[in-house]
Amino acid sequence: MIPAKFDYVRPSTVEEAVSALQQGGDDAKILAGGQSLLPVLRLRLAAPSVVIDLGGIAELRQISEDGDRIAIGAMAPHHDVMRDDLVKQHVTLLSQATATVADPQVRHRGTLGGALAHADPAGDLGAVALALDAEFVIAGSSGTRTVPATEFFVDYFTTAIGEGEILTQVRFPKYTGWSTHYEKFNRTAQAWSMVAVAAALRVEGGSVAEARIGLTNMGTTPIRATGVEQALVGQPATADSVRAAAEHATEGTAAPSDADAAADYREHLAKVLTGRAVLAAAG
Amino acid sequence: MTTTAEPTASELGRARTRKEDARLITGRTRWTDNIALPGMLHIAFVRSTFAHGRIVSIDTSEAKKAPGVFAVYTGEDFDAEQGGLPTAIPVNADDPIPRHVSIAVDTVRFAGEIVAIVVARDAASAKDASELIEVDIDPLDPVLDMEAAQQEGSPIVHPDFGKNKWVTFEFDSAAAGATTGEPADAVIAAAENDPDSVVVKRRWRQQRLIPAFMEPRSTVVDPTGEQIVMYSATQVPHILRTMLGVVLGLPEQKVRVIAPDVGGGFGGKLQICPEEILTLLVARKLGKPAKWTETRSESLVAAHHGRDQIQDITVAAKKDGTITALKMELTADMGAYFGIFTPAVPVLGAFIGPAIYKVPAYSFVCHEIFTNKTPVDAYRGAGRPEVTFAAERIIDELATELGRDPLELREQNWIKHDEFPYTQAGGLTYDSGNYEAATKKAKELFDYDALRREQEERRRNNDPIQLGIGISVFTEMCGLAPSRVLGSLGAGAGGWEHASIRMLATGKVEVVTGSSAHGQGHETAWSQIVADRLGVAFEDIEVLHGDTQIAPKGLDTYGSRSLPVGGTAVVKCADKVIEKAKIIAAHMLEASEDDLEFGSGRFSVKGTEKGVTIQEVAFATFLAHDLPDGVEPSLDAEYTFDPENFSYPHGTHLAAMEVDTETGKVSIRHYVCVDDIGNVVNPLIVEGQVHGGLAQGIAQALFEEANYDEQGTLVNGTFVDYTLPSAADLPSFTTARTETPATSNPLGVKGVGEAGTIASTPAIVNGVIDAVRYLGVEQVEMPCTAQRVWRAIQEAKGRSTQETPIDTHSPGAGLGSIDPNNPQGEVQ
Repeated sequence: MIPAKFDYVRPSTVEEAVSALQQGGDDAKILAGGQSLLPVLRLRLAAPSVVIDLGGIAELRQISEDGDRIAIGAMAPHHDVMRDDLVKQHVTLLSQATATVADPQVRHRGTLGGALAHADPAGDLGAVALALDAEFVIAGSSGTRTVPATEFFVDYFTTAIGEGEILTQVRFPKYTGWSTHYEKFNRTAQAWSMVAVAAALRVEGGSVAEARIGLTNMGTTPIRATGVEQALVGQPATADSVRAAAEHATEGTAAPSDADAAADYREHLAKVLTGRAVLAAAG
Repeated sequence: MTTTAEPTASELGRARTRKEDARLITGRTRWTDNIALPGMLHIAFVRSTFAHGRIVSIDTSEAKKAPGVFAVYTGEDFDAEQGGLPTAIPVNADDPIPRHVSIAVDTVRFAGEIVAIVVARDAASAKDASELIEVDIDPLDPVLDMEAAQQEGSPIVHPDFGKNKWVTFEFDSAAAGATTGEPADAVIAAAENDPDSVVVKRRWRQQRLIPAFMEPRSTVVDPTGEQIVMYSATQVPHILRTMLGVVLGLPEQKVRVIAPDVGGGFGGKLQICPEEILTLLVARKLGKPAKWTETRSESLVAAHHGRDQIQDITVAAKKDGTITALKMELTADMGAYFGIFTPAVPVLGAFIGPAIYKVPAYSFVCHEIFTNKTPVDAYRGAGRPEVTFAAERIIDELATELGRDPLELREQNWIKHDEFPYTQAGGLTYDSGNYEAATKKAKELFDYDALRREQEERRRNNDPIQLGIGISVFTEMCGLAPSRVLGSLGAGAGGWEHASIRMLATGKVEVVTGSSAHGQGHETAWSQIVADRLGVAFEDIEVLHGDTQIAPKGLDTYGSRSLPVGGTAVVKCADKVIEKAKIIAAHMLEASEDDLEFGSGRFSVKGTEKGVTIQEVAFATFLAHDLPDGVEPSLDAEYTFDPENFSYPHGTHLAAMEVDTETGKVSIRHYVCVDDIGNVVNPLIVEGQVHGGLAQGIAQALFEEANYDEQGTLVNGTFVDYTLPSAADLPSFTTARTETPATSNPLGVKGVGEAGTIASTPAIVNGVIDAVRYLGVEQVEMPCTAQRVWRAIQEAKGRSTQETPIDTHSPGAGLGSIDPNNPQGEVQ
């Protein structure tokens, strides 16, 4: 459990971090909360020449209100995100999903930005970011750019963050008053999601006015269940109509097969869990 | 007929918090890895990634040049000295045991076997240099399936032995004289043609498990003194010392083994490890202290595994429910080499196979098979969980076949409390027990009848969450072991345990035990026993163990033997101290020994106020100014206790299992266990053992499994993939006890270390099956994961489902996403 040798830098500004990253080239790795990177280093599955620790950049931990959005610094730990009043009030689904991530120790160390940049399809927060149309603020040598969630997730472990760039902030539109639920299914209480469903609904007069559904671990990236959303809109949130809508959950998915779950089981779970997530959100 | 006794004194039965815990939980521990000796070198092992192959070449030239490296070795460097690792009970007396090398010389036989050794100034340099070694192995077809391994044309793990089946062990109760009727096969054959009988046959798999102790294995060897000193994270310092002598030809008196604080074992640390041998050989060769500490990944592939059996179980019964025969035919995967108890572990099940039942004809057959996998050896329960599972599962199947309540059918066949002592069909004599009392209490705590009603109701309402009731009324054999029994099995050792007590000048007491603790709480329990016996304060007692220089005699800790065997040695030893003290006390009191009585630490002259405390006697003995003529000036005593029988804890475990029929997810709603472990020294320690035991047994039922791919690589070789449950996955247990004292030892204790593990696995699986049997499911392979339960339901409904790949890594799920053997995944 001893990593291969690497250099370590701990910049105190984003600019310094970007510059260190560009100097480090291909072999540089960004360290956020370290909950994925450190085990991989210790198992020697990766051997970067330099590790750039963002932990010294205080501004990246901030959570603030910015007009009609909640802006969350990429280094905000899960624990802060799930307990933050702004997040709880306006991006409830994110707070709920974050509370299911691993265990308290991991949630104190792991960060929102780190998890999203890592882009593990079994990670819980990608589906939430996608369903809620989050924006990703990415800093590089020529300043910052903003990427929508629909373009952020490219493939497994691959995002729109380019070489020499750092994710600095994730901005969520406000969904104040929406009904939300994150339904997670895993092997043990602290394990990664086998399949999970993020559901946010705006219910008006007993029927669904808007629906946003994201799926975790049903493909190489988080997936938006648009078929389910369309089937829900305009319908009452009853068990029968929700279950019928949930039948669309596997559209456009490419479920992985592994020892925990072969693809057919994941597809079945996606439907069942979508129904449960929507019904739980609708209360 | 047995009775329940009152505790004899306040110290026994008292729920004291453990005296060792203040130190353990504030970081004042001394694990082997904390030990740093002057000039100490660090070892990294290079292990085969192939399950089976010929070593073509190992290029160590780059590693030798790496910074900080002292030496690099391969098998050839040590082959003349390394000998073969020992096996205490070979089971097969006809054939020589295939040599178990510590480091492979020309052939590797499992992925994880050591092929090279790097010795460096620090652990990081050793690890860095180990990556520079080029190992060229010409792969051979691996033997992975224990049934295919027996077929003609299978590759052979040990060509010199010529076949993969080590032995078929056979026991028949009629032949052994344990039952008087026909052999079990004949009874079963007759029952198959008898309209008044039923025969139920089932096949189950005991999956391979990994002991997963908390502290990884670690060894430090100091060769610089007159004795070679080995510190090791071991359960068995005494056996290790003797075996180092046997394996390496070292004079035993020149070896000292120290087990410092040891963080758990569960059987996984009762091994004589290749790494211990090699660390010693390296240290001796270089004349410097050397240390090896394993990584968790190393531990998972290289420390021995547990279980791994196919079980073919047959029960015959009359239509009225009376069992007429039981046959257990096991095929056991031994892995590539034998460890210290490997071939004995499944055979331990032979004796306890009839479980709690009166079985008039019983047969036990076990085929032991070599494969190219990590060696299998003792894991919490060792042979007993496997057969207990078989017995408690088959009785449920029989109950279903006969349309009977499974608890009622058990009671019909079990040994009644007034029938003890009872010699069962495995040849064991159960000295005491009361299955009725434990079951009655468990049913009450569980509210059995109400849960049965709820189960009916849910079924009627077609509730997606179905309820199942899992039952396990178990017994086991503890207190390994009577030396005569071990002798009859061809064991290379006895089963006694040793204790000594030193009365210090100031009235304090040192208790030395050969039963080496690795988390069980011996220091507290032994102090309670001695405080009770000698009447000295609990705080005045120090318990010493785990160092062959301090505690020179012992046979260590495994098989729930510490209290019934080692604790009894302590009691008998204390009695000797009292006998010795009495002579001196009589002299001090100018009274006849016959007029003295001893109680609460004081010798007093009957009918008078006159008396002396044992501390006063100890001081007078220390002074030795005025002792009776010819009396030795010492109260110190030793005792070696060899039990005449095993002890037989039993209990009734009931599990209310909820199965989500839409997803297959299983959850434990309520778990009640009433264990009868005889008298209890410390109920708090017992509670801890029961909880931990339950967690491990439940883990087998629901969570854990070591899987190999088609190349023979362990695919869940990290704790991300090998899913140990945590507290969050388990319910709050309801535990209670009945106390039927054992008659085989003066404390009346039976042992508790393995009870929870042995009992809980079948209770959980029976509960899962009970929840979904109405859908047509009669089997779910362990661990009963959500997917397996869902697939079983689909298949029962006649729907075909996809095959689950056991060996593929999904792109998601953290480290599980990266194939450790093919680390191409790019990780940010």
